[in-house]
Amino acid sequence: MTDDSRIEPPPPNEGELPRPVVKRRRFNASLIWLVPALAALVGLSLVVNYWLQAGPQISISFQSAEGLDAGKTPVKYKNVVIGKVQKIRLSADHKRVVVTVALEKSAESFATEGTRYWVVRPRIGLGGVSGIDTLLSGSFIGVDVGDSSTPQEDFKGLETPPSVNHGAPGRSYVLHTDDLGSLDIGSPVYYRRIQVGRVVSYDLDKDGKGISIGIFVDGPNDKFVTVSTRFWNASGIDLSLGAQGLKVNTQSLASVLAGGIAFLDPRGPHDSTPAAELTSYQLFADQTTAMAPPDGEPHYFRMRFEQSVRGMAVDAPVEFLGINIGKVVSVNLDYDEKTQRFPVIVGAVVYPQRLGKAYDKLVALAKARGENPDLSQLLGRMVGQGLRAQARTGNLLTGQLYVALDFVPRAAPVVFDPNAKPLLIPTVPGSFDKLQEQMASIVDKLDKIPFDSIGRNLDQTLAGLNATLKQVNGQTLPAFNDTLKGVQKTMGTASDALSGDSPLQQNLGTTLEQVQRMARSLRVLTDYLGEHPEALVRGRRPDDKPATNTPPAAAAKPSQGSQP
Amino acid sequence: MSAFPRAAELGLIGCHVCGLTCRSGPGDAYLEGGHMVCPRCGSALHRRKPNSFVRTWALLIAGFLLYIPANVLPIMRTASLNDIDDNTIISGVVELWVKGSPDLAVIVFTASIVVPMLKFLSMGTLLLSSQRGSDWARPQRAKLYRLVEFIGYWSMLDVFVVALLTALVRFGLLSLVEPLPGVIFFGLTVVLTMLASMSFDPRLIWDGRDTDD
Repeated sequence: MTDDSRIEPPPPNEGELPRPVVKRRRFNASLIWLVPALAALVGLSLVVNYWLQAGPQISISFQSAEGLDAGKTPVKYKNVVIGKVQKIRLSADHKRVVVTVALEKSAESFATEGTRYWVVRPRIGLGGVSGIDTLLSGSFIGVDVGDSSTPQEDFKGLETPPSVNHGAPGRSYVLHTDDLGSLDIGSPVYYRRIQVGRVVSYDLDKDGKGISIGIFVDGPNDKFVTVSTRFWNASGIDLSLGAQGLKVNTQSLASVLAGGIAFLDPRGPHDSTPAAELTSYQLFADQTTAMAPPDGEPHYFRMRFEQSVRGMAVDAPVEFLGINIGKVVSVNLDYDEKTQRFPVIVGAVVYPQRLGKAYDKLVALAKARGENPDLSQLLGRMVGQGLRAQARTGNLLTGQLYVALDFVPRAAPVVFDPNAKPLLIPTVPGSFDKLQEQMASIVDKLDKIPFDSIGRNLDQTLAGLNATLKQVNGQTLPAFNDTLKGVQKTMGTASDALSGDSPLQQNLGTTLEQVQRMARSLRVLTDYLGEHPEALVRGRRPDDKPATNTPPAAAAKPSQGSQP
Repeated sequence: MSAFPRAAELGLIGCHVCGLTCRSGPGDAYLEGGHMVCPRCGSALHRRKPNSFVRTWALLIAGFLLYIPANVLPIMRTASLNDIDDNTIISGVVELWVKGSPDLAVIVFTASIVVPMLKFLSMGTLLLSSQRGSDWARPQRAKLYRLVEFIGYWSMLDVFVVALLTALVRFGLLSLVEPLPGVIFFGLTVVLTMLASMSFDPRLIWDGRDTDD
């Protein structure tokens, strides 16, 4: 409260303490409040910024929060971050986890009905690897947006990524099968060995007796799926040994390992209108079955075999004249008290449709005759004609049997009850069994031959022979030797008699000379007689007519005429 | 306390720089619109720091306002091969504790949470009690002030940790530490609280009614 704003230099010589110099104040103290005001402004701007940026908050429920981190796990659509997991908590019943996600302001359209959320984790299957980047970056929540615009806050997350994104061109179909095989979600679907789709889901049917497989065929190839298309399981390797040799048939190496489905239209005329969305099809086990004409309704019947059916297995074929018309479904042992034997009851199903035209004709004929065209009636007629079932060997190496239905000539007539349920088809022993029986009877006959006594007799005979031979050696042969010596002597004598200087020889020479002379004179006579045949009557003329007067002489002188 | 006369009562004022004691009339230190300077060295003379309460309050409130985003916003991003981790102060403390460094967690917690809070509370207490001229526990309050002065700069520990880690941990894809906005607010908070404690004049603790003693 002293003098205002005046600078007053202190008097130096006062002996008193110096007075301070008073200067004008440079700034107002209240300016310091700018600092907290600025701080408040910054804080407020942060709040406003946050409030402006905050998008909708949604909650997604999953079965497990594996790989999810509150405050870290991002939500990505087409790999663009659109939100972040804020909080993870258990649901009230502790069965699921509820993930609270703060979406960004720009991602408001994702908080709508039909949007699907799932956790992207690394998945490694035989068909391929997905989400490999999440190995390093950690899992994230994937999104597929629907086309509804109704806001929604609570979502149920998918456990597996959807195989088909919303709005993808193509169609879904449902396949029914008994067995999933090696198929899995993502398994490829092939059309002419080009992958055109994939398996998107599979579910057990409600009764647990089959599986429904959902597949998705990408556009524009979905137009090849027609109402008559056949689907088959293309998993594994299809080996076939045909007349052309060994054929290995597979779709692709991936399908060998991971399984796959292939489809094709059947050959021949068929309805080729493209199938509607979610059409149901049967999934066949292989291409051959798929392409086969439809089997129609199966019929069950039984056969009773009296002999062993070793090698008969369930699924063994039933053939009618060599055409596969069904398969064995059961092989059971029975006991017959009367005969005290164990017959084998083999159950089989046959598909009469597989007989094709023959079946149609039979049915038409039966109708024409006014009979019941039922299979049992038809069978009854055929059994009357000699139709019998036979267990035949299909494979000599493995001894596997199949059931052959054949007309057996001279079959013993049997009683066939067409009303029996199931039908019982009479059987005859198989060809192999017959062969066995014949072999057995041959062996039996062989068995009856008294090999023992034959042997014994033979032994005795041989002993007698031995004795005889001894006798021959001891007595007969020396005697024979003597005889031979005698013969030799005789031969020597004969040789002497025939030698050149022997009297016999000389006598023979003169005799022959005389015979020669006689022959000459005889020739003269014959010549004369040839010229003078009258001489035989008149005898020889002295000169001119010697021949005429010498016939009596000629008759008496043939032996003399030769004499000179 | 009434036994000891105050400088103002004796009409004296001392220079903080050269130590010259001047005579000044009663109340002329609080002259509106002007201030005194030392006749010898020319530095400002004041019996008490001018506008101490106002300045301290303002700085303290500003510091407290900034302390909110400093705690809410993440201060540091630790990015390693498979993981990006944004940590606020308290989550960093929790993480340190969980990952087996309770000693470090305690240090960080003390430096980043306890000390700033202690400063806010202490300064608030000192300001309120001094403005009311209360004579309650004056020596203890003086000790409290010295404590606040002493520990004030230790709060910068967190800021230094972030700064050091950011400079040191730069292994590209493998490991990376980045500062996030929270650390700026935290640093500002620490600076503002330090300024607040500096602008507070501890002599104010001893002003006021001396009746009871």
